[in-house]
Amino acid sequence: MIVADRKSLEEILSMIKDYKNIMVLGCKGCVTVCNVGGEKEVSILASALRIARQKEGREINIDTKVIERQCDNEYVAQLKETVGNYEAVVSMACGVGPQFLSEAYREQKFYPAVNTTFFGGAVTHGIWEERCAGCGTCIIHDFDGLCPVARCAKSLLHGPCGGSSKGKCEISKETICIWDSIVSKKMEQGRLNDLLKVRAVKDWRTARDGGPRRSIREELTQ
Amino acid sequence: MSEINSENNVKPEGDFKSGSNLEKVLRAGHFAFTGECGPPKGANVHHLVEKFHHLKGNVDAVNITDNQTAVVRMSSLAASHLMIDHGLEPNFQMVCRDRNRLAITSDILGAYALGIRNMLCLSGDHQSFGNHPEAKNVHDIDSMQLINLVTTMRDKEEFLNGEKIDVAPKLFVGAACNPFADPFEYRVYRLANKIAAGADFIQTQCIYNMDKFRTFMKQVVDMGLHEKCYILAGVTPMKSARMASFMGKMVPGMDVPESLINRLKGAEKGKQAEEGIKFALEQIEEFKEMKGVAGVHLMAIEWEQMVPEIAERAGMLPRPVV
Ligand code: SF4
Ligand code: SF4
Repeated sequence: MIVADRKSLEEILSMIKDYKNIMVLGCKGCVTVCNVGGEKEVSILASALRIARQKEGREINIDTKVIERQCDNEYVAQLKETVGNYEAVVSMACGVGPQFLSEAYREQKFYPAVNTTFFGGAVTHGIWEERCAGCGTCIIHDFDGLCPVARCAKSLLHGPCGGSSKGKCEISKETICIWDSIVSKKMEQGRLNDLLKVRAVKDWRTARDGGPRRSIREELTQ
Repeated sequence: MSEINSENNVKPEGDFKSGSNLEKVLRAGHFAFTGECGPPKGANVHHLVEKFHHLKGNVDAVNITDNQTAVVRMSSLAASHLMIDHGLEPNFQMVCRDRNRLAITSDILGAYALGIRNMLCLSGDHQSFGNHPEAKNVHDIDSMQLINLVTTMRDKEEFLNGEKIDVAPKLFVGAACNPFADPFEYRVYRLANKIAAGADFIQTQCIYNMDKFRTFMKQVVDMGLHEKCYILAGVTPMKSARMASFMGKMVPGMDVPESLINRLKGAEKGKQAEEGIKFALEQIEEFKEMKGVAGVHLMAIEWEQMVPEIAERAGMLPRPVV
């Protein structure tokens, strides 16, 4: 899923400092699963904003709503009647949400309440980790399902580099060296030969480097 | 300033890859001795030239580091060129962190045009170590692919995309190897991969754990890798016990045994640096005899003034003229 972290209250307050009447809009997709922009988090943020503004002596009206998915025009359209009732909308979806909203409602102003971080999952309760960088040409079959593009700090296709130490990456003792994992797994399975070749350079056109991407499924476009 | 002329386009004589001094020294079977020099944190040419004086005549070639530890400095390409002007042979370092394949390729062509004949291919330390940790990194290709790119430019006279090069760069190509990074058992295979990618010579990370290095070199020799590539053992003399424990603790992939730290601590007051040099000299003596080791790469980091003395005491002088 897409993982995000909530922005600080200060930052959100400064985004909405000029408004007295806003909507905080959550999403039931990924941000609900990673506990950052679902029902519960929407109501927590709304109360925190109200209290903070009360303290400043500048009260604010905040309505809340959570839709199925902000990355889907069908659900975004459900806001048609209400979205105009506010001076601004604070979205708690990933970075995709505010953009679908902004494209659908040209006259309204949308602000992100979260920092969208990566594609990943929870490795344990309360800790999420990156797994994929969406490079557009998946090659992890060559690495037993482990991704060096997203998970090696240098995206090396021939690791581990000289900074790999005791299974950890040179950038920090909290970060695993994915190349250590790849090599260890290959060694355990007696398939080290898979790694003993020089791989062709990667074609980054399918990644962000090729410009904004588009996926067309002909059979669905009819 | 030297004139930049078309002589830099002359093809290497005989079957030399580049005909650099380093290549000739190694090919002639001499025990090579290379040095290292970090460009200044500024455009201070005077400072750089001062370092050259300590190195000139005492080593066969000098690595010019490329924004080492991700701290920004004068470009390795410009500093390498200045070095040639002062009569030393550079080993132009290039990291993949700061350049994509376009910049890499054009810098290689530029380096050759400026008379550079050796190049060392590196991934580069992560930018979080340096003084611009906010920077975006590139890593379009990695060091293995860089070795392959530059040797393909040399041998096939082709760009990465297969287009022909109008005067191909003929460089003697090196790579790094850290026998002390993990997993240890894989290190020799990664080295083999670099050699398969085209590396002509290897310079290792600073060696302090001699036991581990002996084990590593035995693997190298057993696999016959020393016959396919020249391996230069990395030596950095310790200035103090503090430096030793700092490096052991803070530099990822650096293995500094407790016994060395204790040895330095045990030295008389004011004599720790001398003890560090003694250890380095003992290492060099052993490397001269060690099977598979073709030379020493001396990285006297910000201690270039000690190079003449170390070279002398290590019996490395005079350097061969080939
Ligand atoms: S190779 Fe690309 S698509 Fe596959 S997991 Fe890694 S980043 Fe994602
Ligand atoms: S230590 Fe491992 S994960 Fe970190 S940059 Fe090096 S190879 Fe990549």
